This record gives sequence, structure tokens and C-alpha cells, in this order.
Amino acid sequence: MKMLINVPETVVADALRGMAAAHPELTVDVERRVVVRGDAPVAGKVALVSGGGSGHEPLHCGFVGPGMLDAACPGEVFTSPVPDQMVRAAAAVDSGEGVLFVVKNYTGDVLNFRMAQELAEDEGVRLATVLVDDDVAVSDSLHTAGRRGTGATLFVEKIAGAAAEEGAPLERVESLARQVVGSCRSFGVALGACSTPAKGGPTFDLPPGELELGIGIHGEPGRERRPMMTSGEIADFAVGAVLEDLRPSGPVIALVNGMGGTPLLELYGFGAEVHRVLSERGVPVVRTLVGNYVTSLDMAGCSVTLCRADEELLRLWDAPVRTPGLRWGR
Amino acid sequence: MLDTAFFLSWLTLAAEAVDREAGRLTELDSAIGDADHGSNLRRGFAAVRAALDAEPPATPGAVLVLAGRQLISSVGGASGPLYGTLLRRTGKALGDAPEVSPGEFAEALRAGVAAVAELGGATAGDKTMLDALEPAAAALAGTTDSFAAARTAAEEGARATVPLQARKGRASYLGERSIGHRDPGAASSALLLAALAQAAEDRA
Repeated sequence: MKMLINVPETVVADALRGMAAAHPELTVDVERRVVVRGDAPVAGKVALVSGGGSGHEPLHCGFVGPGMLDAACPGEVFTSPVPDQMVRAAAAVDSGEGVLFVVKNYTGDVLNFRMAQELAEDEGVRLATVLVDDDVAVSDSLHTAGRRGTGATLFVEKIAGAAAEEGAPLERVESLARQVVGSCRSFGVALGACSTPAKGGPTFDLPPGELELGIGIHGEPGRERRPMMTSGEIADFAVGAVLEDLRPSGPVIALVNGMGGTPLLELYGFGAEVHRVLSERGVPVVRTLVGNYVTSLDMAGCSVTLCRADEELLRLWDAPVRTPGLRWGR
Repeated sequence: MLDTAFFLSWLTLAAEAVDREAGRLTELDSAIGDADHGSNLRRGFAAVRAALDAEPPATPGAVLVLAGRQLISSVGGASGPLYGTLLRRTGKALGDAPEVSPGEFAEALRAGVAAVAELGGATAGDKTMLDALEPAAAALAGTTDSFAAARTAAEEGARATVPLQARKGRASYLGERSIGHRDPGAASSALLLAALAQAAEDRA
């Protein structure tokens, strides 16, 4: 497997050096692996901190900036960051108004952020944590680690980030974040496995004529394997699975997300099919975002996230955002 | 009695074993996880060795607490906090005595294993590192002779994870498809216990 890298051991540090060069508006600590918006701490503002394994770019470091995250902690590829990073990030961005940790429900992320919260609270930082668990492919949470956090993470970071930017207090930012988690559901499919730098090749074996339904974002296999389907059939399956769980009674915001190895030509085509299915089911779509936002390295495939959008969520979604990976408005 | 040098030797042997077996651990992890268990633990134990070399702690408890803290600070994933907690809590249970008896160590390790179970919310049978750690801790009968029995119990516990369906961690998302694979965390725990037995044999 050919990769545009030097050696697997320095992949994350090399990427951070590149981010620093391309985005002087961010403060990038390559050594300690913390990316902070350049004007932090912002007086009077609740700070949002997230993080997770690398390999999901632009999540999370690419979502640092006004209107979204104050800091992000990248771990090794597909490995959660360590508590020291979160503690350092929290200290760097806390203006005294408190910090919200946005954590994807994966065992490693949960354990490391939990340890970080204890350590940071010892240092006097006021902290809240919201757990993102939107993946409907994990149905039986009694016998698993629970639903995974995937595409909804972008919604939480965008919407709670906008509220924090407006000056909402920690309790409000936290409760909004929880509302967004409750309003979002996702489903992902893989057409091919991703390749991690450490392994140097595909992390699982997917024959050319088959696809995986219900994948997470770490190159882990899904819950079911089937013969390859058309874009329309995949949309029927994925959107159907999301709607069955979400049961929206009003409009939704749709994220049509690429896993890193699928071209926009295909993603837009898939987005059209997502719109067709939602239209057939009588679900109005008020905003649609198509692109690679929560990826799994070079995995071919896509995920759909739908978010029930009330007036306020929509207003906060539309609020200005200026980050490397997401920017609109002013 | 077990002195500070014994615990330094245990962790050195563990680091060598992890380094040697990193490829196999990553291979096991690629079957039901995300293919990084070996490289993560190798990074962690390299940090443990560097820290122990830089400033060798004075007591058995301090050796384990420092090693645990290094694992938490350098491994990430679930295995960082879990292995870090295992060593840290075992070390804390040993207190600051300059030497500890095998019985005291056995008791401390049981406390460390209990802390891992609490942190991860798992029990034996969930196809995790506990499937190796719990039988190993139970096999420690308060003599250094029983360290070999702990090694065997851990290895058998790891092997016994093969037919299990994972209920914790990333492998749990595979459901029935996790059956038929050895749990990488149980496999690395068996390495840790094998290093312990080796340290005891080297000393004899």
C-alpha cells in the first residue's frame, strides 16, 4: 500500500506541522499535540474541547476556530488522545466560564476524557462532558460498549459551538449539546477497508463484490455484509435505518459524509438519492452538507447523519463558523 | 521478599516482550479491533523504560505507580487507562515499603485488577484483558512459586477468549463475528504475567 508519509511513527506530528503552516490563525503545539484557536482563551466564553484518534480529518482539529471548537486533541491514528492533552487544552482555553468536553462514545475516548476531567477539576477548571452516541447500527447496547459516536459529533461541535460563541453559559451549552445528540442519528457503509499507516495495508478484507453495512469510523467491520448495491439501494437502506430510529416529525438537516476514499462525484450522487428517499418518506430537508467531514483515512464509503432541526438548532447551525474544515457566514 | 530491583526487572522483561510481540498483538487487534494494540503498547512500555531509567524509584510501589502513570500518558486508546490503572492501583496498594512479600503483592494485584474491572465496567467472560488477569490474580497464592501458575492461568485465560463473543470495547460492535479470535488485551495481559514469572525465575 503506497502512502504519502515518511514513517508511520511521525504521521500525526507531520500533519500537525502542516496544519500549523497552513493555518497561522491556530496555535498548534506539535510536541504536546494540542490545537487551539489563536485568540484563546476568549473572555466571557464557554470553551469547547474535543479530540479523538487521528485519521478522521477534518474532525477534530479541522473544526477549531470561531463558532466551533476552542481546542482539539489528536491522538495517534484511530487511538484516543491521552488525558494530559485534554488537561493542557482545557487550561489553555478556559476563560473562567467553564469547559465542555465533546466525547465520542468509544471506550478509549470515554476512559481518557474521564481521567482528564478528574485531573482538570483538581486544577479548578469547571467542566462538563457530553457523550455523542448516534450510530443506529449498534442496536443492542446491553451487550456492547453502546452506540458509537460518529457524524453527530460535527453537529454537536457546530451547534453548541455557536451557542458558546454567542455567550451562552456552560449549563446552556451543555444542555444544547445533549439536545443535539438526542436529535441526531447516523448510519455508515463501507465499500472498501481503510489502510492504517501502522499496518501498512487494509485493516479488514472486503472482496470487490461486497459492501459492509453499519460500519464505525475506525475501519472496524460493520454488522452485516452484502453483495454490492447501487447508490439508490444504499440510500434506501441507510436512510431507512436512521429514520426508523429518529422518527422525525419535522424538518431535518442532512450530512452526507464521505469516509475519505469516495470522490465528491459519487457523494453528490448519493446525496441526491438521500434526498429522494427523504422526499418519498415526507421528511423535509432544510440544509444539506455534502463532503468528507468525519472520515476513516482512505476508506471508500459514506455515512448519513440526520438531525431533527427546530428553529433554534437551525439558527445556530446557520451561525457563522470559521475553521479549516467548515466555514460559512460572515 | 520482593525488592525494587525485582519490579524493575519485571517491567523491563514486560517491555521486551511487548516489543517482541507487538506485531502479533496488532495482528490480533486487526481481526476484531483497529490494528494498533501492539504499536500502542510498545510506545507505552518504551516510555515506562525511559522514565524508570531516568529516575529509578526507591520502592516497589513507586515503580508501579510511575509505570502506570507513564502508560496513561503515552498509550491512549482504552489500553492506556486500563493498563495504567492496573499498575498504578497495584503500586498504591503496595504502599511505600522497601520490600514486599509475595502475599502482599498478590493482594495488591487483586486490588489493581478490581480497579480495572471497575473502570472498564467489564467482568470475566466479556472477552477483555480481565479474562487473563482475573484467573492470574487468583492463581497467585502468596509465594513466588505461584508466579508460574499465574503465567499459565493468564495464558489459558487468553486462549479461552477465542470462542467468546465480545461484550466490551470495540470488538463488541462485531457481535457474533468477534467469535473465533483471541482477544488482544487478554493476549497482552498474558505477556505481562509471563514477564512476572520470568522475573521470579531469573531471581531464583
